[in-house]
Amino acid sequence: MKQELEKRWVKGPDGVDFEVEPLRDYYCEAPPTVMPAAYSKIIEGLFNWARAESLWILGFGTGCGAIEMRPLMTPRFDAYRYGIQWRPTPRQSNLFVISGYLSVKTLKRVIRSYEQMPNPKYVVGLGSCTINGGMYFDSYNTITRLDEYLPVDVYITGCMPRPEALLAGFEELKRIIRAGKGEGANQYAERFDWYKANQKRVIHDWDMPDYNW
Amino acid sequence: MTMQPLYQALKAGFPIGELTEQRPDLAFITVPREQLRGLLLHLRDQEGFTHLVLLTAVDWIEEDRFQLTYLLHDRKGARDIGLRVMLPRQAVIEGAPMESIHDLWPTAATYQRELREMFGIDFPDSPGVNEDFILEGWREIPPYRRDFDTLKYSNETFAPRPGRESQDPAQYMKAQLYPDGA
Repeated sequence: MKQELEKRWVKGPDGVDFEVEPLRDYYCEAPPTVMPAAYSKIIEGLFNWARAESLWILGFGTGCGAIEMRPLMTPRFDAYRYGIQWRPTPRQSNLFVISGYLSVKTLKRVIRSYEQMPNPKYVVGLGSCTINGGMYFDSYNTITRLDEYLPVDVYITGCMPRPEALLAGFEELKRIIRAGKGEGANQYAERFDWYKANQKRVIHDWDMPDYNW
Repeated sequence: MTMQPLYQALKAGFPIGELTEQRPDLAFITVPREQLRGLLLHLRDQEGFTHLVLLTAVDWIEEDRFQLTYLLHDRKGARDIGLRVMLPRQAVIEGAPMESIHDLWPTAATYQRELREMFGIDFPDSPGVNEDFILEGWREIPPYRRDFDTLKYSNETFAPRPGRESQDPAQYMKAQLYPDGA
């Protein structure tokens, strides 16, 4: 446990001593809950159409695939015309693109960021590293299978996939969301214990709350 | 340009090993561990090798040795020299300390921290050497050691997806290019 996360007494600016327990005071302890669908199928369909048309990507490049984001953002491929844009913080985005290899150290940050994203949220695994480890299949520090740790909606194959492949993947994701199958966040809530057990099996120095909302 | 004049000059003052000339401007010398500090100081202050390019290690598991390589660069002369120090592998694994050079080049402290984590070579005097460098919560033997089986560790830890095929590239390309075995 990191020192700054431990329970301690702090002197406030007004001279009053008070106790701080960061894991309880700074984070919400409640596990995630399943978000029910709208009351009517037509309304849910409308919601899903709207969700599919606003994909906001979290600008978190985990591996070499992050380099494919730049041509996508810029005029040549211009993903913005498909209603896709990049945001700097997890709280503002709903699509997490795991771009390439994911080391255990990065996985920890990815989990924290994923859990901070508002529902409904989607994950795209980019490149062969997220599917089966790719060229890092025998690495001591790189996970080989992303869907053990996070619910993945779409995988895009390639090493690296071209920006065109990413655009095709995003279109596929839109189809999935419109069909009402983009239920990653609910899956995560339903199988929360299973995902947590998998995450804790590889992250040995678990020094954060179980749910980082 | 050659490194021979420099080597002869060093040889006059220090008991050093053979010179391996990789390129006209790059050479390696194996030096005894006791001479390392004196040589580094001499090279830095007298010969113009002011820049520590890198400090790294090689695990010669068959010869039961760790090799430390101190690569120095001479900006004015546009040449590099590498000093190799051989350490007894078994003793290092059991915790025998190595002398730190962080007071000669402050950057060495970072390299030494990495070596401590990745090879388990201890530099007790180096500042912050026992802090986590890259790995977090590592429990096995240091991963850059040759006796650490990364594939086995990965298979046991990371739940590999079934159906993956791996081929030896040389054999695979041979079969592709010369199907009749010519």
